[in-house]
Amino acid sequence: MIPIQYYLWLSAVLFSIGVLGVLYRRNAIIILMCIELMLNAVNLVMVAFSNFLNDPSGQVFVFFIMAVAAAEVAVGLAILIMTYRNTKTTDINILNRLKW
Amino acid sequence: MTLNLFYFLSFVAVFSALMVVFSKNPVYSALYLIVTLFAIAGHYILMKAEFLFVVHIIVYAGAIMVLFLYVIMLLNLNKDSEPHKSSILKFAAAICAGLLLIVLVGSLKGTEILVRAETNTAATIGDVKSLGKVLFTDFLLPFEIASVLLLAAMVGVVMLGKSEKEH
Repeated sequence: MIPIQYYLWLSAVLFSIGVLGVLYRRNAIIILMCIELMLNAVNLVMVAFSNFLNDPSGQVFVFFIMAVAAAEVAVGLAILIMTYRNTKTTDINILNRLKW
Repeated sequence: MTLNLFYFLSFVAVFSALMVVFSKNPVYSALYLIVTLFAIAGHYILMKAEFLFVVHIIVYAGAIMVLFLYVIMLLNLNKDSEPHKSSILKFAAAICAGLLLIVLVGSLKGTEILVRAETNTAATIGDVKSLGKVLFTDFLLPFEIASVLLLAAMVGVVMLGKSEKEH
């Protein structure tokens, strides 16, 4: 049986890679993909603890997180298409009018 | 055997997650993200969560990745013409992510004392029957609210995607 620490370390690494991608790239689509990566890292911890504690609630939570992720991606990509229609780019440095 | 499989799946997941971040072409990023998601699905099988394995593949590989690739094709982004951040910003991003990794791993330092409470139980919490029983008794209200959330997201996407010239 695999110790639970291995899953926690793997999830920490995957979550950090997701954060790195959000900070590193300027393409909004890649940033949405990296948000998916972070959500999946959290899902992995949920399933690992659910298996570890022998409690199905964690897996039900993963099910709900998947529903929320699907809704989030659909809305995010629709917003992306709207901004592309107005600015002709997916570069997030163009979208800084709310910053100052 | 199980541990070797775990190492293999972890290597695939981490490698392709890094390739998602560092690929120049958004199409390659999306394809590497599919590989990462399949590796995570393999981890679900290792943890005996069969229902989540199936749902994960259907939702992510079947729905979300198709949406991503469709948007990439629609916006004609399949070329590496993206402007990149300055190298000092890239360096700062790498430092920040590395520090976050150090904090996360450091916070897991005490978890060696965790021991599995009951080892040889029936181990069928991940199949459809038991999860469905929990989902439709204890979590019935959140389940219904999730359906309302999906409906609201669908209506919002249709509103957002509508062309503004029509009205």
